[in-house]
Amino acid sequence: MATQALDNNVLPVGAKVRIRSIMPPGHVRAPAYVRGKTGDIERVIAPFKNPEQLAYGLPAAEQILYRVSFSAVELWGDEAENPEDRIEAEIYAHWIEELETANAT
Amino acid sequence: MPHDHHDHLSPSGHPYRQDDDTPLSYWQSMEIAVRELLVEKNITTLEEISTQIDKMDARGPALGAAVVARAWVDPAFKSRLLKDGSAASGEMGFDVGPMHLIALENTADTHNIVVCTLCSCYPRNLLGLPPDWYKSRAYRSRTVKEPRKVLSEFGVNLPNDTQIRVHDSTADMRYVVIPARPSGSEDLSEEDLAKLVTRDSMIGTGLAMMPNA
Repeated sequence: MATQALDNNVLPVGAKVRIRSIMPPGHVRAPAYVRGKTGDIERVIAPFKNPEQLAYGLPAAEQILYRVSFSAVELWGDEAENPEDRIEAEIYAHWIEELETANAT
Repeated sequence: MPHDHHDHLSPSGHPYRQDDDTPLSYWQSMEIAVRELLVEKNITTLEEISTQIDKMDARGPALGAAVVARAWVDPAFKSRLLKDGSAASGEMGFDVGPMHLIALENTADTHNIVVCTLCSCYPRNLLGLPPDWYKSRAYRSRTVKEPRKVLSEFGVNLPNDTQIRVHDSTADMRYVVIPARPSGSEDLSEEDLAKLVTRDSMIGTGLAMMPNA
């Protein structure tokens, strides 16, 4: 969706990423269980005004929203029910660190 | 002997439930104050608020079921739905409002299930109000960690070679699952197919009903 309009900084589908391992207070939209974890970009959604600023009535810059897919093993280790299962979450660009760029699909 | 009032039982034989009178919470008081101010300043009216509540109450899983049934019978619609859930639902005449919808298709080897771990995001324009359990801490915390166990408690036992995709609705998108079309439903009309599509099957905690079940 709407990816053509975005600039070259947009991560491609399949890119390996790590979610920032920080614990800021407030209305943050990256759940704690994915922080510090590695996954890959499942799709690029679109830019949205950053809800972490909007929630406080602050001027909110647009941030690209991605869906990041994690393996159950990456998140839960030995406690994963099935190694093939995936957990996918919407993560804003400012929470994402790129590890390596895979080829866009 | 004085008449026994049975004052702990109602005439129906059920115990009386205590009134749950509690002081207003901070946010309840805030809501009333803001509502009254908005009305006083002619920004909205009480009629407008009632109309919105009626609209909200009128939305229910039947809307989502109609979308799923259309996707089952119309492959072109299904591909539009998978590409842009909001636009395709809007195509059917539903007021999707500001909702950004992603549709997820269950297949022979993939099962999708939706949760919002951070709060209780739910595609209200398409499914109405969420069930209470969807907002419970147990559902929200367990579904990302042990989806198979949660599913089994809903009576859904999936084979190990079915991949589960758990979708955590953390930000701006809302999700609806397109359950697999049940076998034996080949001859049903779109309208009858919609009757097989339960609310839970669109959250991913259930499957579509079998015809004649």
